[in-house]
Amino acid sequence: MRPYRITHIKELENEAIYVIREVAAQFERPALLFSGGKDSIVMFHLARKAFWPAKVPFPLLHIDTGHNFPETLVFRDQLMEKTGQQCIVKLVQESIDKGRVQEETGPNASRNKLQTITLLDAIEELKLDIALGGGRRDEEKARAKERFFSHRDDFGQWDPKNQRPELWNIFNGKKNMGEHFRVFPLSNWTEMDVWQYILMENIDIPNLYFTHEREVIERNGTWLANSDCIPPLATDKIVKKKIRFRTIGDMTCTGAVESEANSLEEIVREVAASRSTERGTRYDDKRSETAMEDRKKEGYF
Amino acid sequence: MNALKPTKKSKGYLDMELLRFTTAGSVDDGKSTLIGRLLYDSKAIFEDQLTALELASTNRGHEHLNLALLTDGLKAEREQGITIDVAYRYFATPRRKFIIADTPGHIQYTRNMVTGASTANLAIILIDARLGVIEQTIRHSFIASLLQIPHIVVCINKMDLVEYSQETFEDICDTYMEFATKLDVQDIRFVPISALHGDNVVNRSKNMEWFNGPTLMYILENIHIGSDYNFLDARFPVQYIIRPYSQEFHDYRAYAGRVASGIFRVGDKIKVLPSGLTSTISKLELFGNSTEETFASQSINMLLEDDIDISRGDMIVKENNLPQQSQDIDIMFCWLGDKPMLPNGKYILKHTSSEVKCKVSQVTYKINMETLERDKTVDSVGMNDIGRMVLRTQKPLFYDPYRKNRITGSVILIDEATNNTVCAGMIN
Repeated sequence: MRPYRITHIKELENEAIYVIREVAAQFERPALLFSGGKDSIVMFHLARKAFWPAKVPFPLLHIDTGHNFPETLVFRDQLMEKTGQQCIVKLVQESIDKGRVQEETGPNASRNKLQTITLLDAIEELKLDIALGGGRRDEEKARAKERFFSHRDDFGQWDPKNQRPELWNIFNGKKNMGEHFRVFPLSNWTEMDVWQYILMENIDIPNLYFTHEREVIERNGTWLANSDCIPPLATDKIVKKKIRFRTIGDMTCTGAVESEANSLEEIVREVAASRSTERGTRYDDKRSETAMEDRKKEGYF
Repeated sequence: MNALKPTKKSKGYLDMELLRFTTAGSVDDGKSTLIGRLLYDSKAIFEDQLTALELASTNRGHEHLNLALLTDGLKAEREQGITIDVAYRYFATPRRKFIIADTPGHIQYTRNMVTGASTANLAIILIDARLGVIEQTIRHSFIASLLQIPHIVVCINKMDLVEYSQETFEDICDTYMEFATKLDVQDIRFVPISALHGDNVVNRSKNMEWFNGPTLMYILENIHIGSDYNFLDARFPVQYIIRPYSQEFHDYRAYAGRVASGIFRVGDKIKVLPSGLTSTISKLELFGNSTEETFASQSINMLLEDDIDISRGDMIVKENNLPQQSQDIDIMFCWLGDKPMLPNGKYILKHTSSEVKCKVSQVTYKINMETLERDKTVDSVGMNDIGRMVLRTQKPLFYDPYRKNRITGSVILIDEATNNTVCAGMIN
């Protein structure tokens, strides 16, 4: 039956579309978490495929830390305009102003942890019963045990020891009032798969992923973009380098890599030859061995 | 351009197959080390992970790089030094991409192995060469056969601790084959390995030149998985109805779903269950790309010539090949819930995209997992119990036997009070 062979990337696509459609069928008020990073861009692309020619039957939700790269926000707005999709934006700054969270201080301050509260507040305010995320199991060891349909209790928290068994492709999205789900259609994808898919589908991504010249400063072995969001240290040396970003998060914690990659093909080649994981450039994961697991339990993506 | 057509010429990364496999073993037979070895020798470990691993090994006072630490996910597990849930791992070689469902082997975690096995094409069963076939080997193999994993690879590990003895290896193979005759598995292979030293995992062992078979990695990369799908019985569970209500697509109405099995072509005469209404496929498409045919595992929009009433939970099949239909469903079950089965036996049943109420009308037997014998004196059903039962559903189910079709032959039961998934069922 050779002609009916299916490649791994198509199988992952079929699986993700199936999961996204299952969300639309099983829940009343979904939203797709959108950060402007490549994983959420791929998620949105898959969602459009899943429902075409109808529009995606739920809004996007961006938790804006206020520390985004300006390029990311421009990209987001252009994409929404092109596709006619609604994107709800919730600001971490508002949570700070309302006194819901306390801003971290010091030279390595980050709003990464604060966005959890803004997200949980948004879920409650918008009465969402499920948030779709682009999380992948290969990203970090705490994510290796995440289900496709991940149940969160009344407080938005994840209990790794009390997860529902997930068999075949039957997903159980039943819940009580106040509880919600996080669903991860890209669970089985790796960084390489995401890049191959972007290449195969020719999906637009922000320029930040391609090589460009930029002022950077070094913090603990990570190159960070020089910006107003990072309080300067006396020891900082600002240098200009040809860099690109492998992941896009906050300017305060997203490390750049030196690279000449100018096209999707070159990025795929670079990722294939790379000897470190993409989260290796994430400053926030380096805080402790279980940094991600601790944040997840509190309700992080 | 037709994005749905299978490609023939090789495109490197874009032309790899996906193999999902599960690993099962007892607590100390080196499963985590084996997975670590596969990742390490296939160069799937990155430098920052390796640095973290070296640091963690040194912190714990281990002499060597402890490959097992690579797969230990959660904090609680690392503290106790055991794996407590299904963890998924990914690696790729130039030929294939692999998804490992790494499941713990303790008795109390049978449910995790069932979960991991439900999507696997292949199972690796680990045996400690010093201990041979033990009770857990039998349990794991039985679950693999119950869940109809098409291929089993028995890895006899720790060969270094039995002086790489050919006789020990062959004795274990003989014992295994003796009880395997009771199992329903078509393809069983054996490999003598040492995960710790890497013998016959990725690289051929110099210590066991008497072994002529392929290494574990060779099997993983080359085993034929194309025929694991059912291409005979066309089944399309309707997942979602797509209606754009837009100017451009005013009357558009498509049935969205993932083909469970078989092949559908434009022009095929179809029947909708349960209504029994018939029509003809007018179009198959996804995101504006139409195709003449679609087959098992593809997510697609199906359009019909006639405007008929179809909703989620219905199944589209071909007129000349119908599934079975009944309200009395005879299943092999594995109880997953931590609470025993309710006295009234009432649950919600999920089967493909449909959902009905059901009641356990009879527990036929439980299987004694030590002897694999049937125990017909059933007084209760609790976590990790495996056996056979009959369910009475509120409405008829359209299904195929699990042996023929893993998608249309599987069900789960949900407890209405807790919303938990409490039981997995394979229809006989």
